[in-house]
Amino acid sequence: MLAPRSQRHRGRYAAFAHRLSGVLLAVFLPFHFLALGLAIEGEARLDGFLAWSDQPLVKIAEWGLVTLLAVHMLAGLRVLVLEFLPWRDARKGWVTAGGVLAAATGLAFLASALV
Amino acid sequence: MQAALFLAQRASALVLAPLVLVHLALAIYAIHGGLTAAEILGRTQGSPGWMLFYGLFVIAAAVHAPIGLRNVLREWLGWKGMAADLALAAFGLALLALGLRAVAAVTTGVG
Amino acid sequence: MTDILPTLTVRIWRGAAEGRFEAFAVPKRDHQTVLDVVTYVQRELDPTLAYRFACRVGMCGSCAMTVNGRPRWTCRTHVEAVTDAKGELEIAPLRSLPVIRDLAADMTPFFEKWQQAQGRATGSRTRHEEMHPVDPAAPRRQAADAGIECINCGVCYAACDVVASDPDYLGPAALNRAWTLMNDDREADRAGVLKAAAAGGGCHSCHTHGSCVEHCPVGLNPSAGIAGLKRLSLLAMVGGKV
Repeated sequence: MLAPRSQRHRGRYAAFAHRLSGVLLAVFLPFHFLALGLAIEGEARLDGFLAWSDQPLVKIAEWGLVTLLAVHMLAGLRVLVLEFLPWRDARKGWVTAGGVLAAATGLAFLASALV
Repeated sequence: MQAALFLAQRASALVLAPLVLVHLALAIYAIHGGLTAAEILGRTQGSPGWMLFYGLFVIAAAVHAPIGLRNVLREWLGWKGMAADLALAAFGLALLALGLRAVAAVTTGVG
Repeated sequence: MTDILPTLTVRIWRGAAEGRFEAFAVPKRDHQTVLDVVTYVQRELDPTLAYRFACRVGMCGSCAMTVNGRPRWTCRTHVEAVTDAKGELEIAPLRSLPVIRDLAADMTPFFEKWQQAQGRATGSRTRHEEMHPVDPAAPRRQAADAGIECINCGVCYAACDVVASDPDYLGPAALNRAWTLMNDDREADRAGVLKAAAAGGGCHSCHTHGSCVEHCPVGLNPSAGIAGLKRLSLLAMVGGKV
Protein backbone atom coordinates (compact mmCIF):
# COMPACT_ATOMS: atom_id res chain seq x y z
CA MET A 1 0.00 0.00 0.00
CA LEU A 2 2.81 2.40 0.78
CA ALA A 3 3.89 3.98 -2.45
CA PRO A 4 7.49 4.81 -3.27
CA ARG A 5 8.57 8.34 -2.46
CA SER A 6 8.01 9.72 -5.92
CA GLN A 7 4.38 8.55 -5.97
CA ARG A 8 3.51 10.42 -2.80
CA HIS A 9 1.88 13.54 -4.13
CA ARG A 10 -0.75 15.59 -2.36
CA GLY A 11 -3.59 14.63 -4.69
CA ARG A 12 -3.10 11.04 -3.68
CA TYR A 13 -2.94 11.89 0.01
CA ALA A 14 -6.13 13.89 -0.25
CA ALA A 15 -7.89 10.99 -1.96
CA PHE A 16 -6.70 8.51 0.63
CA ALA A 17 -7.70 10.75 3.54
CA HIS A 18 -11.08 11.34 1.91
CA ARG A 19 -11.67 7.63 1.52
CA LEU A 20 -10.45 6.56 4.95
CA SER A 21 -12.42 9.28 6.72
CA GLY A 22 -15.52 8.31 4.74
CA VAL A 23 -15.26 4.65 5.67
CA LEU A 24 -14.72 5.41 9.35
CA LEU A 25 -17.60 7.88 9.41
CA ALA A 26 -19.90 5.39 7.67
CA VAL A 27 -19.04 2.77 10.30
CA PHE A 28 -19.61 5.29 13.11
CA LEU A 29 -22.92 6.67 11.85
CA PRO A 30 -25.24 3.78 12.84
CA PHE A 31 -23.86 3.90 16.37
CA HIS A 32 -24.37 7.64 16.50
CA PHE A 33 -28.01 7.21 15.46
CA LEU A 34 -28.52 4.43 17.99
CA ALA A 35 -27.10 6.55 20.80
CA LEU A 36 -29.34 9.49 19.96
CA GLY A 37 -32.27 7.13 19.64
CA LEU A 38 -31.88 6.42 23.36
CA ALA A 39 -33.83 9.62 23.90
CA ILE A 40 -36.90 7.61 23.04
CA GLU A 41 -36.49 5.75 26.26
CA GLY A 42 -36.45 9.01 28.09
CA GLU A 43 -34.05 11.69 29.16
CA ALA A 44 -32.52 9.57 31.87
CA ARG A 45 -31.47 6.89 29.43
CA LEU A 46 -29.75 9.43 27.19
CA ASP A 47 -28.13 11.01 30.23
CA GLY A 48 -26.79 7.63 31.24
CA PHE A 49 -25.11 7.29 27.88
CA LEU A 50 -23.75 10.84 27.97
CA ALA A 51 -22.29 10.21 31.40
CA TRP A 52 -20.55 7.12 30.06
CA SER A 53 -19.18 9.19 27.19
CA ASP A 54 -17.55 11.58 29.61
CA GLN A 55 -14.39 9.50 29.87
CA PRO A 56 -11.11 10.60 28.20
CA LEU A 57 -10.98 7.80 25.65
CA VAL A 58 -14.44 8.65 24.38
CA LYS A 59 -13.57 12.35 24.23
CA ILE A 60 -10.52 11.47 22.15
CA ALA A 61 -12.72 9.41 19.85
CA GLU A 62 -15.12 12.32 19.55
CA TRP A 63 -12.23 14.61 18.66
CA GLY A 64 -11.18 12.07 16.06
CA LEU A 65 -14.65 11.95 14.56
CA VAL A 66 -14.96 15.74 14.40
CA THR A 67 -11.60 15.91 12.64
CA LEU A 68 -12.55 13.09 10.27
CA LEU A 69 -15.78 14.83 9.36
CA ALA A 70 -13.91 18.06 8.65
CA VAL A 71 -11.32 16.18 6.55
CA HIS A 72 -13.98 14.40 4.56
CA MET A 73 -15.97 17.54 3.85
CA LEU A 74 -12.96 19.63 2.85
CA ALA A 75 -11.46 16.93 0.62
CA GLY A 76 -14.87 16.45 -0.93
CA LEU A 77 -15.30 20.15 -1.62
CA ARG A 78 -11.99 20.13 -3.47
CA VAL A 79 -13.21 17.22 -5.62
CA LEU A 80 -16.43 19.09 -6.40
CA VAL A 81 -14.44 22.13 -7.47
CA LEU A 82 -12.08 20.05 -9.62
CA GLU A 83 -14.99 18.29 -11.30
CA PHE A 84 -17.42 21.13 -11.87
CA LEU A 85 -15.48 24.36 -12.13
CA PRO A 86 -13.17 25.13 -15.06
CA TRP A 87 -9.89 23.36 -14.52
CA ARG A 88 -7.08 25.66 -13.45
CA ASP A 89 -4.67 23.25 -11.83
CA ALA A 90 -4.90 20.41 -9.32
CA ARG A 91 -5.36 22.96 -6.54
CA LYS A 92 -2.84 21.16 -4.36
CA GLY A 93 -2.64 24.19 -2.10
CA TRP A 94 -6.19 23.34 -1.15
CA VAL A 95 -5.05 19.96 0.15
CA THR A 96 -2.67 21.62 2.57
CA ALA A 97 -5.20 24.27 3.51
CA GLY A 98 -7.83 21.59 4.03
CA GLY A 99 -5.54 19.63 6.29
CA VAL A 100 -4.82 22.70 8.37
CA LEU A 101 -8.51 23.67 8.60
CA ALA A 102 -9.52 20.17 9.62
CA ALA A 103 -6.84 20.05 12.30
CA ALA A 104 -7.97 23.46 13.54
CA THR A 105 -11.56 22.25 13.73
CA GLY A 106 -10.49 19.28 15.78
CA LEU A 107 -8.46 21.49 18.07
CA ALA A 108 -11.39 23.87 18.52
CA PHE A 109 -13.50 20.93 19.59
CA LEU A 110 -10.85 19.74 22.00
CA ALA A 111 -10.39 23.20 23.46
CA SER A 112 -14.13 23.56 23.89
CA ALA A 113 -14.37 20.19 25.59
CA LEU A 114 -11.47 20.75 27.97
CA VAL A 115 -11.75 24.41 28.91
CA MET B 1 -26.86 4.09 -13.88
CA GLN B 2 -23.34 5.36 -13.39
CA ALA B 3 -24.36 8.90 -14.20
CA ALA B 4 -27.35 8.68 -11.86
CA LEU B 5 -25.21 7.45 -8.97
CA PHE B 6 -22.67 10.16 -9.72
CA LEU B 7 -25.40 12.81 -9.67
CA ALA B 8 -26.87 11.48 -6.42
CA GLN B 9 -23.43 11.41 -4.82
CA ARG B 10 -22.46 14.93 -5.83
CA ALA B 11 -25.90 16.39 -5.13
CA SER B 12 -26.06 14.83 -1.67
CA ALA B 13 -22.55 16.17 -1.05
CA LEU B 14 -23.70 19.68 -1.90
CA VAL B 15 -26.63 19.31 0.49
CA LEU B 16 -24.40 17.89 3.22
CA ALA B 17 -21.71 20.59 3.07
CA PRO B 18 -23.64 23.42 4.74
CA LEU B 19 -25.37 20.97 7.11
CA VAL B 20 -22.02 19.58 8.21
CA LEU B 21 -20.68 23.08 8.77
CA VAL B 22 -23.56 23.88 11.09
CA HIS B 23 -23.26 20.50 12.78
CA LEU B 24 -19.54 20.95 13.45
CA ALA B 25 -20.09 24.43 14.85
CA LEU B 26 -22.86 23.05 17.00
CA ALA B 27 -20.69 20.21 18.30
CA ILE B 28 -17.90 22.58 19.23
CA TYR B 29 -20.34 24.91 20.97
CA ALA B 30 -22.35 22.22 22.70
CA ILE B 31 -19.48 20.19 24.11
CA HIS B 32 -18.36 23.18 26.16
CA GLY B 33 -19.01 22.54 29.82
CA GLY B 34 -20.11 18.98 29.22
CA LEU B 35 -23.20 17.57 27.59
CA THR B 36 -26.44 16.52 29.21
CA ALA B 37 -29.62 15.13 27.79
CA ALA B 38 -31.53 18.07 29.20
CA GLU B 39 -29.33 20.53 27.31
CA ILE B 40 -29.80 18.67 24.03
CA LEU B 41 -33.45 17.82 24.35
CA GLY B 42 -34.28 21.20 25.80
CA ARG B 43 -33.37 22.70 22.44
CA THR B 44 -34.51 20.00 20.08
CA GLN B 45 -37.78 18.83 21.57
CA GLY B 46 -40.79 20.19 19.74
CA SER B 47 -38.64 22.06 17.26
CA PRO B 48 -39.74 21.79 13.63
CA GLY B 49 -36.55 23.58 12.60
CA TRP B 50 -34.24 20.94 14.06
CA MET B 51 -36.48 18.19 12.76
CA LEU B 52 -36.17 19.57 9.26
CA PHE B 53 -32.44 20.20 9.57
CA TYR B 54 -31.52 16.78 10.87
CA GLY B 55 -34.15 15.01 8.80
CA LEU B 56 -32.51 16.41 5.68
CA PHE B 57 -29.09 15.54 7.08
CA VAL B 58 -30.09 11.92 7.59
CA ILE B 59 -31.60 11.53 4.13
CA ALA B 60 -28.58 13.08 2.43
CA ALA B 61 -26.17 10.94 4.45
CA ALA B 62 -28.18 7.78 3.74
CA VAL B 63 -27.74 8.49 0.00
CA HIS B 64 -24.14 9.64 0.16
CA ALA B 65 -22.53 6.96 2.33
CA PRO B 66 -23.56 3.80 0.41
CA ILE B 67 -22.55 5.27 -2.95
CA GLY B 68 -19.16 6.20 -1.53
CA LEU B 69 -18.72 2.78 0.01
CA ARG B 70 -19.57 1.17 -3.32
CA ASN B 71 -16.24 2.31 -4.72
CA VAL B 72 -14.38 1.13 -1.63
CA LEU B 73 -15.96 -2.32 -1.86
CA ARG B 74 -15.09 -2.65 -5.51
CA GLU B 75 -11.56 -1.28 -5.40
CA TRP B 76 -10.30 -2.44 -2.02
CA LEU B 77 -12.28 -5.64 -1.49
CA GLY B 78 -12.99 -6.64 -5.06
CA TRP B 79 -16.67 -6.93 -4.21
CA LYS B 80 -18.96 -5.78 -7.01
CA GLY B 81 -22.15 -6.74 -8.80
CA MET B 82 -25.71 -7.21 -7.69
CA ALA B 83 -24.87 -8.72 -4.29
CA ALA B 84 -22.72 -5.78 -3.31
CA ASP B 85 -25.29 -3.28 -4.56
CA LEU B 86 -28.06 -4.98 -2.57
CA ALA B 87 -25.94 -4.98 0.57
CA LEU B 88 -25.24 -1.29 0.09
CA ALA B 89 -28.90 -0.49 -0.49
CA ALA B 90 -29.72 -2.34 2.72
CA PHE B 91 -27.07 -0.30 4.54
CA GLY B 92 -28.57 2.89 3.16
CA LEU B 93 -32.03 1.89 4.29
CA ALA B 94 -30.68 1.02 7.73
CA LEU B 95 -29.07 4.44 7.99
CA LEU B 96 -32.30 6.06 6.93
CA ALA B 97 -34.37 4.09 9.43
CA LEU B 98 -32.00 4.53 12.37
CA GLY B 99 -31.38 8.15 11.49
CA LEU B 100 -34.97 9.20 11.15
CA ARG B 101 -35.75 7.31 14.34
CA ALA B 102 -33.04 9.31 16.11
CA VAL B 103 -34.40 12.56 14.69
CA ALA B 104 -37.87 11.65 15.89
CA ALA B 105 -36.45 10.67 19.25
CA VAL B 106 -34.81 14.02 19.94
CA THR B 107 -37.45 16.22 18.41
CA THR B 108 -40.60 14.50 19.56
CA GLY B 109 -39.52 11.89 22.08
CA VAL B 110 -41.55 9.38 20.09
CA GLY B 111 -39.73 6.45 18.35
CA MET C 1 46.33 3.04 -18.77
CA THR C 2 43.03 1.64 -17.67
CA ASP C 3 40.79 3.65 -15.42
CA ILE C 4 38.57 1.70 -13.14
CA LEU C 5 35.21 3.25 -13.79
CA PRO C 6 32.85 3.72 -10.92
CA THR C 7 29.94 1.34 -11.16
CA LEU C 8 26.27 1.61 -10.53
CA THR C 9 24.32 -1.31 -9.11
CA VAL C 10 21.00 -1.72 -10.80
CA ARG C 11 18.28 -4.20 -9.88
CA ILE C 12 16.20 -5.38 -12.80
CA TRP C 13 13.05 -7.48 -12.79
CA ARG C 14 13.48 -10.90 -14.36
CA GLY C 15 10.62 -13.22 -15.06
CA ALA C 16 6.97 -12.49 -15.62
CA ALA C 17 4.24 -12.25 -12.99
CA GLU C 18 6.48 -14.43 -10.85
CA GLY C 19 10.14 -13.58 -10.79
CA ARG C 20 12.81 -11.73 -8.90
CA PHE C 21 15.04 -8.70 -9.10
CA GLU C 22 18.52 -9.45 -10.40
CA ALA C 23 21.44 -7.15 -9.64
CA PHE C 24 23.93 -5.99 -12.25
CA ALA C 25 26.99 -3.74 -12.00
CA VAL C 26 27.00 -1.18 -14.79
CA PRO C 27 29.74 1.40 -15.52
CA LYS C 28 28.68 4.83 -14.39
CA ARG C 29 28.82 7.41 -17.12
CA ASP C 30 27.94 11.07 -17.15
CA HIS C 31 24.47 11.87 -18.39
CA GLN C 32 23.56 8.22 -18.85
CA THR C 33 19.89 7.47 -19.07
CA VAL C 34 18.08 4.51 -17.60
CA LEU C 35 17.65 3.17 -21.14
CA ASP C 36 21.43 3.34 -21.57
CA VAL C 37 21.77 1.22 -18.45
CA VAL C 38 19.25 -1.39 -19.59
CA THR C 39 20.84 -1.49 -23.04
CA TYR C 40 24.30 -2.02 -21.52
CA VAL C 41 23.03 -4.91 -19.41
CA GLN C 42 21.42 -6.65 -22.39
CA ARG C 43 24.36 -6.13 -24.74
CA GLU C 44 27.29 -6.70 -22.40
CA LEU C 45 26.08 -8.70 -19.43
CA ASP C 46 22.97 -10.74 -20.14
CA PRO C 47 21.60 -11.08 -23.67
CA THR C 48 18.50 -12.85 -22.37
CA LEU C 49 17.13 -9.62 -20.86
CA ALA C 50 13.91 -8.63 -22.62
CA TYR C 51 13.04 -4.96 -22.95
CA ARG C 52 11.41 -2.61 -25.39
CA PHE C 53 12.51 0.64 -27.01
CA ALA C 54 12.33 2.34 -30.37
CA CYS C 55 13.15 5.98 -30.99
CA ARG C 56 15.28 6.43 -27.82
CA VAL C 57 14.71 10.18 -28.05
CA GLY C 58 11.46 10.72 -26.17
CA MET C 59 8.97 10.59 -29.02
CA CYS C 60 7.49 7.12 -29.19
CA GLY C 61 6.83 6.11 -25.58
CA SER C 62 7.94 2.51 -26.16
CA CYS C 63 10.56 2.51 -23.41
CA ALA C 64 8.17 3.21 -20.54
CA MET C 65 9.08 1.22 -17.44
CA THR C 66 8.83 1.52 -13.68
CA VAL C 67 11.95 3.24 -12.40
CA ASN C 68 12.38 3.33 -8.60
CA GLY C 69 8.65 2.81 -8.29
CA ARG C 70 7.61 5.49 -10.75
CA PRO C 71 6.44 4.90 -14.35
CA ARG C 72 8.48 6.93 -16.79
CA TRP C 73 10.20 6.97 -20.19
CA THR C 74 13.59 5.45 -19.58
CA CYS C 75 15.19 7.22 -22.54
CA ARG C 76 14.30 10.56 -20.98
CA THR C 77 15.28 9.66 -17.44
CA HIS C 78 18.80 10.52 -16.39
CA VAL C 79 20.13 8.08 -13.84
CA GLU C 80 21.42 10.94 -11.66
CA ALA C 81 17.94 12.42 -11.49
CA VAL C 82 16.33 9.35 -9.98
CA THR C 83 18.99 7.78 -7.84
CA ASP C 84 19.38 9.03 -4.34
CA ALA C 85 22.54 9.31 -2.25
CA LYS C 86 22.62 5.55 -1.90
CA GLY C 87 22.70 5.33 -5.69
CA GLU C 88 20.04 2.67 -5.91
CA LEU C 89 18.29 2.02 -9.19
CA GLU C 90 15.48 -0.46 -9.54
CA ILE C 91 13.82 -1.14 -12.87
CA ALA C 92 10.61 -3.09 -13.36
CA PRO C 93 7.97 -3.39 -16.08
CA LEU C 94 4.97 -1.03 -16.07
CA ARG C 95 2.44 -1.68 -13.32
CA SER C 96 -1.08 -2.98 -13.99
CA LEU C 97 -0.18 -4.70 -17.26
CA PRO C 98 0.57 -8.39 -17.77
CA VAL C 99 4.29 -9.02 -18.08
CA ILE C 100 5.48 -10.81 -21.19
CA ARG C 101 9.01 -11.18 -19.91
CA ASP C 102 11.37 -9.11 -17.77
CA LEU C 103 10.77 -5.47 -18.67
CA ALA C 104 8.39 -5.99 -21.57
CA ALA C 105 4.76 -5.45 -20.59
CA ASP C 106 1.80 -6.62 -22.64
CA MET C 107 -0.02 -3.52 -23.87
CA THR C 108 -3.04 -5.49 -25.13
CA PRO C 109 -5.39 -4.64 -22.22
CA PHE C 110 -4.44 -0.99 -22.56
CA PHE C 111 -5.49 -0.90 -26.20
CA GLU C 112 -8.55 -3.06 -25.64
CA LYS C 113 -9.80 -0.50 -23.14
CA TRP C 114 -9.07 2.23 -25.66
CA GLN C 115 -11.53 0.52 -28.00
CA GLN C 116 -13.96 -0.08 -25.18
CA ALA C 117 -14.07 3.65 -24.49
CA GLN C 118 -14.75 4.12 -28.21
CA GLY C 119 -11.52 6.02 -28.51
CA ARG C 120 -11.70 5.88 -32.28
CA ALA C 121 -12.96 8.60 -34.59
CA THR C 122 -16.11 8.15 -36.62
CA GLY C 123 -16.05 10.36 -39.68
CA SER C 124 -19.04 12.27 -40.96
CA ARG C 125 -17.94 13.04 -44.49
CA THR C 126 -16.39 11.27 -47.43
CA ARG C 127 -13.63 12.40 -49.74
CA HIS C 128 -16.27 13.58 -52.19
CA GLU C 129 -17.52 16.24 -49.83
CA GLU C 130 -15.88 19.33 -48.50
CA MET C 131 -13.81 18.94 -45.39
CA HIS C 132 -15.61 19.61 -42.16
CA PRO C 133 -14.53 23.07 -41.01
CA VAL C 134 -12.72 23.24 -37.70
CA ASP C 135 -11.99 26.56 -36.06
CA PRO C 136 -8.64 26.18 -34.27
CA ALA C 137 -9.44 29.01 -31.87
CA ALA C 138 -12.76 27.63 -30.71
CA PRO C 139 -12.77 26.62 -27.01
CA ARG C 140 -13.82 23.05 -27.80
CA ARG C 141 -11.03 22.67 -30.32
CA GLN C 142 -8.58 24.02 -27.76
CA ALA C 143 -9.87 21.45 -25.27
CA ALA C 144 -9.37 18.70 -27.84
CA ASP C 145 -5.92 19.99 -28.82
CA ALA C 146 -4.87 19.90 -25.18
CA GLY C 147 -5.29 16.14 -25.20
CA ILE C 148 -4.44 14.88 -28.66
CA GLU C 149 -0.67 14.53 -28.25
CA CYS C 150 -1.14 11.23 -26.42
CA ILE C 151 1.18 8.57 -27.86
CA ASN C 152 -0.27 5.68 -25.89
CA CYS C 153 2.84 5.06 -23.84
CA GLY C 154 0.88 3.66 -20.89
CA VAL C 155 2.62 5.70 -18.19
CA CYS C 156 -0.64 7.23 -16.95
CA TYR C 157 -2.25 3.80 -16.93
CA ALA C 158 0.56 2.44 -14.80
CA ALA C 159 0.44 5.43 -12.48
CA CYS C 160 -3.31 5.25 -11.84
CA ASP C 161 -4.40 3.73 -8.52
CA VAL C 162 -7.90 2.96 -9.77
CA VAL C 163 -6.48 1.02 -12.72
CA ALA C 164 -4.43 -0.95 -10.23
CA SER C 165 -7.40 -1.77 -8.01
CA ASP C 166 -10.32 -1.98 -10.46
CA PRO C 167 -9.82 -4.28 -13.48
CA ASP C 168 -12.88 -2.76 -15.16
CA TYR C 169 -11.57 0.80 -15.16
CA LEU C 170 -10.80 1.98 -18.69
CA GLY C 171 -7.99 4.22 -17.52
CA PRO C 172 -6.87 7.79 -18.11
CA ALA C 173 -5.49 7.42 -21.65
CA ALA C 174 -8.58 5.82 -23.15
CA LEU C 175 -10.86 8.33 -21.45
CA ASN C 176 -8.64 11.23 -22.43
CA ARG C 177 -9.04 10.14 -26.04
CA ALA C 178 -12.80 9.89 -25.62
CA TRP C 179 -12.76 13.45 -24.27
CA THR C 180 -10.85 14.74 -27.30
CA LEU C 181 -13.39 13.10 -29.59
CA MET C 182 -16.28 14.65 -27.65
CA ASN C 183 -14.71 18.03 -28.41
CA ASP C 184 -14.04 17.26 -32.05
CA ASP C 185 -16.47 18.91 -34.47
CA ARG C 186 -15.80 16.19 -37.01
CA GLU C 187 -16.85 13.34 -34.72
CA ALA C 188 -20.06 11.79 -36.01
CA ASP C 189 -20.89 9.49 -33.09
CA ARG C 190 -20.44 11.63 -30.02
CA ALA C 191 -23.41 9.92 -28.38
CA GLY C 192 -21.69 6.57 -28.80
CA VAL C 193 -18.40 7.84 -27.44
CA LEU C 194 -20.07 9.34 -24.38
CA LYS C 195 -22.09 6.20 -23.74
CA ALA C 196 -18.93 4.10 -23.88
CA ALA C 197 -16.89 6.49 -21.78
CA ALA C 198 -19.52 6.92 -19.09
CA ALA C 199 -20.47 3.26 -18.76
CA GLY C 200 -19.43 1.04 -15.88
CA GLY C 201 -15.65 1.22 -15.59
CA GLY C 202 -15.66 4.55 -17.34
CA CYS C 203 -15.23 8.15 -16.30
CA HIS C 204 -17.26 7.80 -13.09
CA SER C 205 -14.68 5.48 -11.66
CA CYS C 206 -12.09 8.25 -11.60
CA HIS C 207 -11.53 9.75 -8.17
CA THR C 208 -9.35 12.63 -9.32
CA HIS C 209 -6.17 11.50 -7.60
CA GLY C 210 -4.31 13.18 -10.41
CA SER C 211 -1.49 10.65 -10.66
CA CYS C 212 -1.99 10.61 -14.40
CA VAL C 213 -1.33 14.34 -14.59
CA GLU C 214 1.69 13.96 -12.31
CA HIS C 215 3.32 11.36 -14.52
CA CYS C 216 2.31 12.08 -18.12
CA PRO C 217 5.58 12.72 -20.00
CA VAL C 218 3.78 14.83 -22.59
CA GLY C 219 2.14 17.04 -19.97
CA LEU C 220 -1.44 16.00 -20.70
CA ASN C 221 -4.26 16.27 -18.19
CA PRO C 222 -6.54 13.25 -18.30
CA SER C 223 -8.08 14.18 -14.92
CA ALA C 224 -9.50 17.38 -16.35
CA GLY C 225 -10.77 15.58 -19.44
CA ILE C 226 -12.41 12.91 -17.33
CA ALA C 227 -14.09 15.59 -15.21
CA GLY C 228 -15.37 17.00 -18.48
CA LEU C 229 -16.76 13.60 -19.43
CA LYS C 230 -18.53 13.42 -16.07
CA ARG C 231 -20.17 16.77 -16.69
CA LEU C 232 -21.18 15.76 -20.22
CA SER C 233 -22.70 12.52 -18.98
CA LEU C 234 -24.77 14.44 -16.41
CA LEU C 235 -25.93 16.77 -19.13
CA ALA C 236 -26.88 13.83 -21.33
CA MET C 237 -28.76 12.25 -18.45
CA VAL C 238 -30.95 15.29 -17.87
CA GLY C 239 -31.68 15.48 -21.55
CA GLY C 240 -29.33 18.29 -22.43
CA LYS C 241 -27.63 18.54 -25.78
CA VAL C 242 -24.08 17.27 -25.83
